[in-house]
Amino acid sequence: MSNLPIQDWLLSDEPTSRRQAKLSRLFKGWVAFQTNVLAMIGLGILLLLIFVAVFAPLLAPHDPFVQNLGNRLQPIGSDQHIFGTDSLGRDILSRLIFGARITLYIVVLVAIIAPVVGLLVGTVSGYIGGVVDMILMRITDVFLAFPRLVLALAFVAVLGAGIENAVIAISLTAWPPYARIARAETLTIRSSDYICAIRLQGAGPLRIITKHIWPLCISSLIIRVTLDMAGIILVAAGLGFLGLGAQPPSPEWGAMISEGRRFILDSWWVATIPGLAIFAVSLAFNLLGDGLRDVLDPKSGRS
Amino acid sequence: MEGQQLAFLKILSKAITTFISIAITMLGLLLVTFVIGRVMPIDPVLAIVGERASQATYDAVYNELGLDKPILVQFSYYIWDVLHGDFGDSLLNARPVSEDIARVFPATLELATLGILLGVILGTPLGVISAVRQGSWIDQVARFIALVGYSMPIFWLGLMGLLIFYGILGWVGGPGRLDIFFEDIIPVRTGMILVDSIIAQNGVVFRNALSHIILPASLLGYYSMAYITRMTRSFMLEQLSSEYILTARIKGLSERQVIWGHAFKNIRVQLITVIALSYASLLEGSVLTEIIFSWPGIGSYVTTALLSADMNAVLGGTVVIGLIFVCLNILSDLLYGIFDPRSK
Amino acid sequence: MINLYRVFYRCLLAASLAFASLTSFADTPDDTLVVALRIDDITTIDPAESFEFAGSDVSRNVYQKLVNFDPFDLDAGYQPEIAESWSVSADGRSITFTIRDGLVFSSGNPVTAEDVEFSLRRAVALEKTPSFILTQFGFSAENLDETIMQSENTVTITTDKRYATSFVLNCLTATIGGIVDKKTVMANEVNGDMGNAWLKTNSAGSGPYMLSSWKPNESVALTANPNFSGQIPAMSRVIIRHVQESASQRLLMERGDIDVARNLNSDDIKGLRDADGVRIIDELRGRLMYFALNQKHPELSKLKVRQAVKYLVDYKAMESSFLDGQYVIQQNFLPRTFLGAVDENPFTLDIEKAKGLLAEANVDQLEIEVGVREAQERIEIAQSLQNTFAQAGITLNITVGTGKQILGRYRSRDLDVYLGAWGPDYPDPHTNAGTFAYNPENSDAANATGLLAWRNSWDTGGLTEKTAAAVEESDRDKRAEMYAEIQANFRETSPFTIMFQRIEQAAVQDNVDNLFLGGATTAATYWTVTK
Repeated sequence: MSNLPIQDWLLSDEPTSRRQAKLSRLFKGWVAFQTNVLAMIGLGILLLLIFVAVFAPLLAPHDPFVQNLGNRLQPIGSDQHIFGTDSLGRDILSRLIFGARITLYIVVLVAIIAPVVGLLVGTVSGYIGGVVDMILMRITDVFLAFPRLVLALAFVAVLGAGIENAVIAISLTAWPPYARIARAETLTIRSSDYICAIRLQGAGPLRIITKHIWPLCISSLIIRVTLDMAGIILVAAGLGFLGLGAQPPSPEWGAMISEGRRFILDSWWVATIPGLAIFAVSLAFNLLGDGLRDVLDPKSGRS
Repeated sequence: MEGQQLAFLKILSKAITTFISIAITMLGLLLVTFVIGRVMPIDPVLAIVGERASQATYDAVYNELGLDKPILVQFSYYIWDVLHGDFGDSLLNARPVSEDIARVFPATLELATLGILLGVILGTPLGVISAVRQGSWIDQVARFIALVGYSMPIFWLGLMGLLIFYGILGWVGGPGRLDIFFEDIIPVRTGMILVDSIIAQNGVVFRNALSHIILPASLLGYYSMAYITRMTRSFMLEQLSSEYILTARIKGLSERQVIWGHAFKNIRVQLITVIALSYASLLEGSVLTEIIFSWPGIGSYVTTALLSADMNAVLGGTVVIGLIFVCLNILSDLLYGIFDPRSK
Repeated sequence: MINLYRVFYRCLLAASLAFASLTSFADTPDDTLVVALRIDDITTIDPAESFEFAGSDVSRNVYQKLVNFDPFDLDAGYQPEIAESWSVSADGRSITFTIRDGLVFSSGNPVTAEDVEFSLRRAVALEKTPSFILTQFGFSAENLDETIMQSENTVTITTDKRYATSFVLNCLTATIGGIVDKKTVMANEVNGDMGNAWLKTNSAGSGPYMLSSWKPNESVALTANPNFSGQIPAMSRVIIRHVQESASQRLLMERGDIDVARNLNSDDIKGLRDADGVRIIDELRGRLMYFALNQKHPELSKLKVRQAVKYLVDYKAMESSFLDGQYVIQQNFLPRTFLGAVDENPFTLDIEKAKGLLAEANVDQLEIEVGVREAQERIEIAQSLQNTFAQAGITLNITVGTGKQILGRYRSRDLDVYLGAWGPDYPDPHTNAGTFAYNPENSDAANATGLLAWRNSWDTGGLTEKTAAAVEESDRDKRAEMYAEIQANFRETSPFTIMFQRIEQAAVQDNVDNLFLGGATTAATYWTVTK
């Protein structure tokens, strides 16, 4: 029953330093988060994904690129190949394991690019207002009004097929909603008393935006990004499905589905296994996002 | 009298600003599409003349398309034509783009409308139930169903659905909008076969069309249901934890009145926005669903056109999709005004 | 709360009832043939402009030609159709066709020599892409009055020099040789386009069918031509529906919703072999799968390297695995069944031999890019090549793009390696010899983008002259021998590695008979079908 001293320190109602207050808040969040079983499952899946991606060469039973045309389309549960083999006789499990790296790569890159662009556009637009706001919001509207996959397709076609370009294309199509959110948050924060106080102290707009507005926007952005991540993985997979994502022989999961869909009627596992993997990761992000919202979003029903 | 005039002026000025902002958005949309079309490394001339063409044939088509003129000149020509309601001819099949869009858009409209109906009819009650019974098994199941819908690659689910419900069970019609020998039986009025067959009072065609649309529509319905359930639940939770609900309960109102009369009434506005957004995204045409179900809708039309550099078709399609998006936004704003008590 | 649940369950119940009531199905009607086929390559139906696969199928069933193939006996070569007979002048430059009496267009107008003259002149004058098939004989918009002439019921065509008669007549069996109804076409002329815009979506032929509708990327519908002079086809309607996915085509087939499925991949064919009431028909087609090395690349232009890569292809394994039944090994540029085709396929996978050749060329560790379009079987071939090339120290980077994107780079000589397919334009050996082994001017300025040899910057090492000579040889056997010789040389020296020839596998319902896909030389015939 007794708590460790560190827990006491973290749970203290009277923090003695800023650092303690901050850490204490994080810890309390974590405690609340821990009680959410589904969110923990999501986190678990994502940690597993990271683990698999990092240790891929150790975990994979076969080389994901080695072909064996004499041994193609082996069914699930074969001797050497638990998840069977694909059309070129490559081990599906090993490809899946190495594909985790690509998925992680996509996720991280998009998570870095899109919200940052959105944050930048949204806060600047919201803070400065006037003509700048109007122009930036019209641009945002233009991108919002585009069909997303079509826009991504167009960007990929311009930039050339490939996983990096697919990521850039997806990011370019994903930022407008973030800009909207960041702008809305900025508008409410901008007129608040404490921002006025900071302004009276002589802080410039750059300082106010980066030091005081951004940190406040971030929690709602994190939630939104986590929830959108599933959609982003699916768009990336969709590009792979149309042959414009990762280039062969890369074991990107969407491309694997695309390759395997030709055999869906007889060798269903070739497309289904990467499909399930995409499903698991998207689900994990959704569960995590839901959990984070409960913890971070003060408006949520739980609090 | 003066008050009325003032209100009228207010509405007028609102209408004008809305109109201007639509116009600017549409212009921007066109410009971006146009630029994309020009920088794309797919050669529209090659798309027309094909692999075997000699250089002379190639050059002739190049000039015919006006590609030798500066890009701004090309763009201004295009805008001029669009303002006159002319989207130009498809570069590939030389048919008027407006004709093609009039053919493919109703297909998408039909599918998206049925999809969103399913989504709303199933998603809203499910969201409400799961908020009311927060934490119960029905909440868990509802959330799980919604999350699965959120996380499933649509092309995989589509292929599997086709395999199971059409291939194995034979419950529904296959790819395409109708069995082939039902085609061209009923006169085209709206282009939406379900509606046209009702107008023509042809029950057989209606049933056949329904058997074809039900699977892709369910698929899209599932996706929008997932979204709507989730948003409804979260809106409802917010309302149910608020003080006025507590007050209402204390006052002894029935549970039904509390939930539907108060809480649900208050989320209608937000819900409308969510539904409008969801509908807009379905109307963009779900490219992957359309490919799998051989559904000749606007999504696959624009995609095919894009990949073969048929820029007139892409521009036309984008304008239509963009317009729908903007209109739905305005519509949801209007409904906002009607339903939101605060804006009265 | 109870009410809420009740409403909800009632909705579910209603939905499931709706499902249950939709389950009635019927077979396709007896007089209608329903075909699933990818038709996204159709951009026009005008015979003067149409040149892709699905378009030539439509054309073959709608338009008659001066001479044509008998679907029941393709090996017999071209046979009289609109031309009753023909004679060749003493200098071998003029052919005079006598037009058959009693043929009628779908409009009811009789087929006359005037229509023939008009159709051929029109095809030349419009200068659309396939016009080269005719203009290679020296016809041009300027000299039409002297080169294509009608007099009473004959039409005479005069070529710029003496060509093998078989060459000229084979070219006339191509889609561009389709004879159109002058009166109908000219009545629909807009801005001097000779009816080009109208013929894109309408037909004016004397064949067994007429076009009743074409919805791009959706469907083509043909109806029997009521004025057809021959036997009225058993199928009074033919509906060709665009179905992109092989799996979808197979499901449609298994459910009996279509009569013919033409884009099934090898695994779905295998699956359908076991299905009840479905037959598979195989026909060798003319399309070749090849890859080519750009001769601008300093290493790839070495003869030994060109030879080495031919030993770095696992022909057998591909043929028996993912290409099973759909491609057969073919290492020569003339498809089997063409005049002059040879059956020499000397190359097999031999890493050691390839390594030796590479060493002789002083090539060690090479990194090159291969461009391939986003078709799954080609991507798989590319990956197989990647695998075998790597074993000899060549790194092959695959770039997948849309067809037009990759083609654009190929045509501007911008790819190291191009992997793709080539189909003959007309059923004469010159169609392939004239592009693989013919390149009179190899400079960038020549811009001969239509020639495969030029696209790969290959000067052909003397094959250009031999190809030019073969086309003038009127002795059939001698001509065949010349092509055999060209191909023997080509196999060893060219930068082209020709790998496979296409076999088209179509699934048909058991009751469908006499469907012919057209072999290597022509297109599919639907008018012969009975069921």
